[in-house]
Amino acid sequence: MKINTRPARHRALRAVAARAAGAVAVLWGAATLAFFALALIPGDPVTIMLGPFTTAPQSIRDQIAADNGLDKPLFERYLAYLGRLAQGDMGESYQLQKSVAAVIGEALGPTVELALAAVVIAIVLAIVSAVLTAGREGRLRGFVTSWELVAVSLPPHWLGILLLTAFSFQLPIFPVVGVGGPSALVLPALTLALPIIGVLAQVLREGLEAALAQPFAVTARARGLSRRQVRVRHALRHAAVPLATLSGWLAGTLLGGAVIVEAVFGRPGLGALALQSATNKDMPVLIGIVLVSALTFVVISALIDAFQLLVDPRVRT
Amino acid sequence: MSPLLTVEGLTVAFPGVQAVRGASFTLDRGECLAIVGESGSGKSVTARSLVGLAGDRASVKATTLDFDGTDLTGLDERGWRRIRGGRIGLVLQDALVSLDPLRTVGAEITEALRVHRDVPRAAVHDEVVELLTRVGVPEPEVRAGQYPHQLSGGLRQRALIASALAGRPELLIADEPTTALDVTVQARILELLDRLKAEGTALLLISHDLAVVSRLADRVAVMYGGLLVEEGPTREVLDGPRHPYTRALAAAVPSAAARGTRLAPVRHSGPPAGPDGCPFAERCAHADDVCRDTPPPPAPLRCHHPESGPVARAVFIGPEGVFIGPGGRALDEPGAVPPARGAYGTTPGAPDPRAVGHGVSLSGIGDTLLTVTDVTKRYGGREVVRGVSLRVDRGEALGIVGESGSGKTTVARIVLGLAKPDSGSVTFAGEPWSALPERRRRPLRRRIQTIVQDPLGSFDPRHDTGTLLGEALAFAGVPRRERRARALELLERVELPASVAGRRPAELSGGQRQRIAIARALAPEPELLVCDEPVSALDASVQAQILDLLTELRSALALSLLFISHDLGVIHHISDRVAVMKDGEVVETGEATSLLAAPSHPYSRELFAAIPALTRADA
Amino acid sequence: MKRLPVLRPRALPRPSVALAWTVLVLLVLAAAFPGLFTGKSPIEIDAATALRGPGPGHWFGTDQLGRDQFARVVHGARPSLLVGLGSIAFAVVAGALYGLASALLGRTADRVLMGINDIVLALPQLLLALLALAILGSGQLNVMVAIALAFLPGYARLVRAEALVVRNSGYVETAVTLGQGPFTRAFRHVLPNALGPLLVLASTGFGMSLISVSALSFLGFGARPPTPEWGVMLSEGRGLLQTAWWLGVFPGAAITLTVVAVTVAGRAAQARFTRRTAG
Repeated sequence: MKINTRPARHRALRAVAARAAGAVAVLWGAATLAFFALALIPGDPVTIMLGPFTTAPQSIRDQIAADNGLDKPLFERYLAYLGRLAQGDMGESYQLQKSVAAVIGEALGPTVELALAAVVIAIVLAIVSAVLTAGREGRLRGFVTSWELVAVSLPPHWLGILLLTAFSFQLPIFPVVGVGGPSALVLPALTLALPIIGVLAQVLREGLEAALAQPFAVTARARGLSRRQVRVRHALRHAAVPLATLSGWLAGTLLGGAVIVEAVFGRPGLGALALQSATNKDMPVLIGIVLVSALTFVVISALIDAFQLLVDPRVRT
Repeated sequence: MSPLLTVEGLTVAFPGVQAVRGASFTLDRGECLAIVGESGSGKSVTARSLVGLAGDRASVKATTLDFDGTDLTGLDERGWRRIRGGRIGLVLQDALVSLDPLRTVGAEITEALRVHRDVPRAAVHDEVVELLTRVGVPEPEVRAGQYPHQLSGGLRQRALIASALAGRPELLIADEPTTALDVTVQARILELLDRLKAEGTALLLISHDLAVVSRLADRVAVMYGGLLVEEGPTREVLDGPRHPYTRALAAAVPSAAARGTRLAPVRHSGPPAGPDGCPFAERCAHADDVCRDTPPPPAPLRCHHPESGPVARAVFIGPEGVFIGPGGRALDEPGAVPPARGAYGTTPGAPDPRAVGHGVSLSGIGDTLLTVTDVTKRYGGREVVRGVSLRVDRGEALGIVGESGSGKTTVARIVLGLAKPDSGSVTFAGEPWSALPERRRRPLRRRIQTIVQDPLGSFDPRHDTGTLLGEALAFAGVPRRERRARALELLERVELPASVAGRRPAELSGGQRQRIAIARALAPEPELLVCDEPVSALDASVQAQILDLLTELRSALALSLLFISHDLGVIHHISDRVAVMKDGEVVETGEATSLLAAPSHPYSRELFAAIPALTRADA
Repeated sequence: MKRLPVLRPRALPRPSVALAWTVLVLLVLAAAFPGLFTGKSPIEIDAATALRGPGPGHWFGTDQLGRDQFARVVHGARPSLLVGLGSIAFAVVAGALYGLASALLGRTADRVLMGINDIVLALPQLLLALLALAILGSGQLNVMVAIALAFLPGYARLVRAEALVVRNSGYVETAVTLGQGPFTRAFRHVLPNALGPLLVLASTGFGMSLISVSALSFLGFGARPPTPEWGVMLSEGRGLLQTAWWLGVFPGAAITLTVVAVTVAGRAAQARFTRRTAG
């Protein structure tokens, strides 16, 4: 069973192509979903744009409708929408008098900062907790596993409130409002990271324990390796493999969590923007955020797939 | 000179389980000792205790555990790590999971090298290649860069052995080193181990397979219930086993000589033994209160009532005493040629009418039941079955033998109507079968039933045995009020107590599950039973019981069998005719005894030669 | 090679499982008969007792309107549990039907249904819920529907996968050889065996839906003040944390306790279920 490099390269190319097609499909699907959700919205978009207390006459309303292409048939509007989208034009916000792209662009930075900080905290702490407790029994493990259970059961908005109460009001260590320097990022990032740590550590530990129970772990120890060496050199890589199944969940949790964390800490960002546009029925913005999150999902799963290719030779061939 | 390894009074206990009870043995350089036993006998735990890897929950004690002057009982973790790999190597079964699947074979061997030997970085690669060459891996440079899943089973096992040899251990422990392998591959691995032994490595072989052991081992120790019940030179133990358990184990091996005889003694169950008593007492016909309450006599033969003389075939231990069945000869009596089919009923000296034979049910039957004509099946562009033609007569057992990937299972699925042949046809009882649309085949399906290797997967996990049998009976058209009685009848037929009806198969043992699968297959009163490796996952003694049961049922119910196995002994034991498959084709078909005695196709010859048999080397 | 003997976990309920069930029973009682636990009104305003800390008389303190927080937490059990339960039930039933349809209606249907499903699955649940709420408008019933819609694709995928596993299993194949037709197989084997793991997972999903319900209430979409709902209470207390920490603590603790109890009980059920099927 000799490996032939050429077919392998073909396979790799085909995998990349399939991946790209999948990404386009997800984006197109999300766009379509968003468009029809918008079409389904009860009530007249013009009314929403003008706000609830408008007294604008019918002629102005017609003018607004025509400006926004709302007088055309649905399918025509769908095609026009896709066409604009392909050029990166996501339309105008109903309320903010700016293009959706600009609104989202402003909000993106703080959220990316928050999400990255949370991911780094989560991965580091999850690995530490999993490696320390996998395959062991005793008090430490009992404590860590029950803590993880609590971490995934904590409502993030409550967690944020607790942290604020403890570290901003009772002990004024961190600022109350989550904007500004790095110290303002600590509590929000922790709030976002904690539930992720809980899940990640559980999955990692299960993976580690499954790997340590495999015959190759016995073989490695029979070779004279210490427990720690088996854990670090062999088992950890195995534990990383099932993480791929978490990519969708991770993307969703980060963005969904951002909505709550930004609300609790009064941070600007995509989450705050999503909340604001949902509350005000500013559909173009909300749909823009849906598209951005679909893109995020595509990017995160591509990253995790690449990581898996690196770790697991069985996927490569 | 003192032996390389001396073990005395080795005891391993897990919470609630006494896994090893006072094992003692020695092993010299260049010598091979085999520990033989069934699953749960404690053989693997014994092996792992020798490298301090019996597990965290294990409590290991021994009077002496001496390895070349080093006292292993007093070792701490650091000390153990010097021993492991450096002085004692361990090889496990199935290298696909025993080598790290995420690392190259070369990386695994390098790791082993680095731990114990100070090999300069530049020399590591050469050393790896040399090790791979030594264990007979072709193109070692290429293989070193490959991952376990890219290698064939045999190469993987060799690579695993190479990684165990990297630290230059003086003792190699091989725990079922060939169990997952095809016979031809197994033969080559055994040759490799034999060569290592000749080069001076001491070998501790752990196996459930007496035949494998007889090829390699100088001495054999038989383990049952944590106790080494009998130990001695291989030929002595296998030719003249004296402990009742060893005798039962030897008799259970299906082979040419055992055709038409019982493999398992009639099941005996006495009161269980006390904690110190003989673990086999419960199953032993000779057991008395002394066996149950006092420790067995000291090694090498730990039995109060040893037997002697050749092992009789078809030993039939009944309440009236011991009968010697028609096979009435030692396993390996020189020149023992099995009698022709159908001759058993009239063999002089076969007084026991209960001894079951193939001939019994066969009189007056001969018309064809199943015909497979030129069947071809492709999966994903690959022909897994190519132009296969087979015939099964009424009341006949056709055995299909072949290695993994030979297409045997696909043939079974086509016969069962679970897969459609791409070309060719299957007819059943003279009528079209594979050509029928499913709607018309459905009412006829009860006539062909199946039992498979893993019965557990074939039972709906939500149902107990009674429900499962009731369901099968319902589809056989048995009225509701009669089902319970019929289900109990079926359980009796497969020698299970009625109480099993209320339990789910997951709660039962492997042998019991296979009996339930047989009972369910019998429920619709089929004419043909397709058996796909039905005994491969079972321990020797359980396998013997299931084979006996199938033979008996055949006689009683005039069943035809299509019996698929990779195990030639099993095939020979059960079949009237045999088909040999390789790469999707039937290379040879013929009457069982003559084909197995004198195969004509080169592949059959290679296959049969590769199979370790219990016969004496010079016979 | 054989496995080393491993001791099975004790069949007796561990104390944590028993404790979880006790909490759940108390919660159900509080939802059904809040009067059993408190005689005070959850909405009665009493300026005289505003912003009292926890202590005798007001175990969980009072808010700026003098409402007894203990009474509000007890009365909050009903709306919180009902909306959570409703959304998870909706998600499971609709998801199961969708998944089964995808698994059993043939390859084309499977491609289309799962294609749509996977796209929705790629979006964050909370964002989906927000989208649904933007379309439907707020309110407890709409929160329930929005959460159900957000959870549905996950369950649909799970049921489809389970149904495919069962459909290709040894026992369904054996049913074929016994002569069972496709409908008998679907209803006797595929459906019940695919539903088992789903129901068990739904029990842990219930915990997640409780968190989502309270989050959406917190964000202002669900129940409206002065309804005593845990998420609403947190949102009301959010502005007063500096002076009245207890307003932020007890409603959240109630949610967390509920979710932990549901998860522990659900996992115990899951462990029992796997043991049962694995033997």
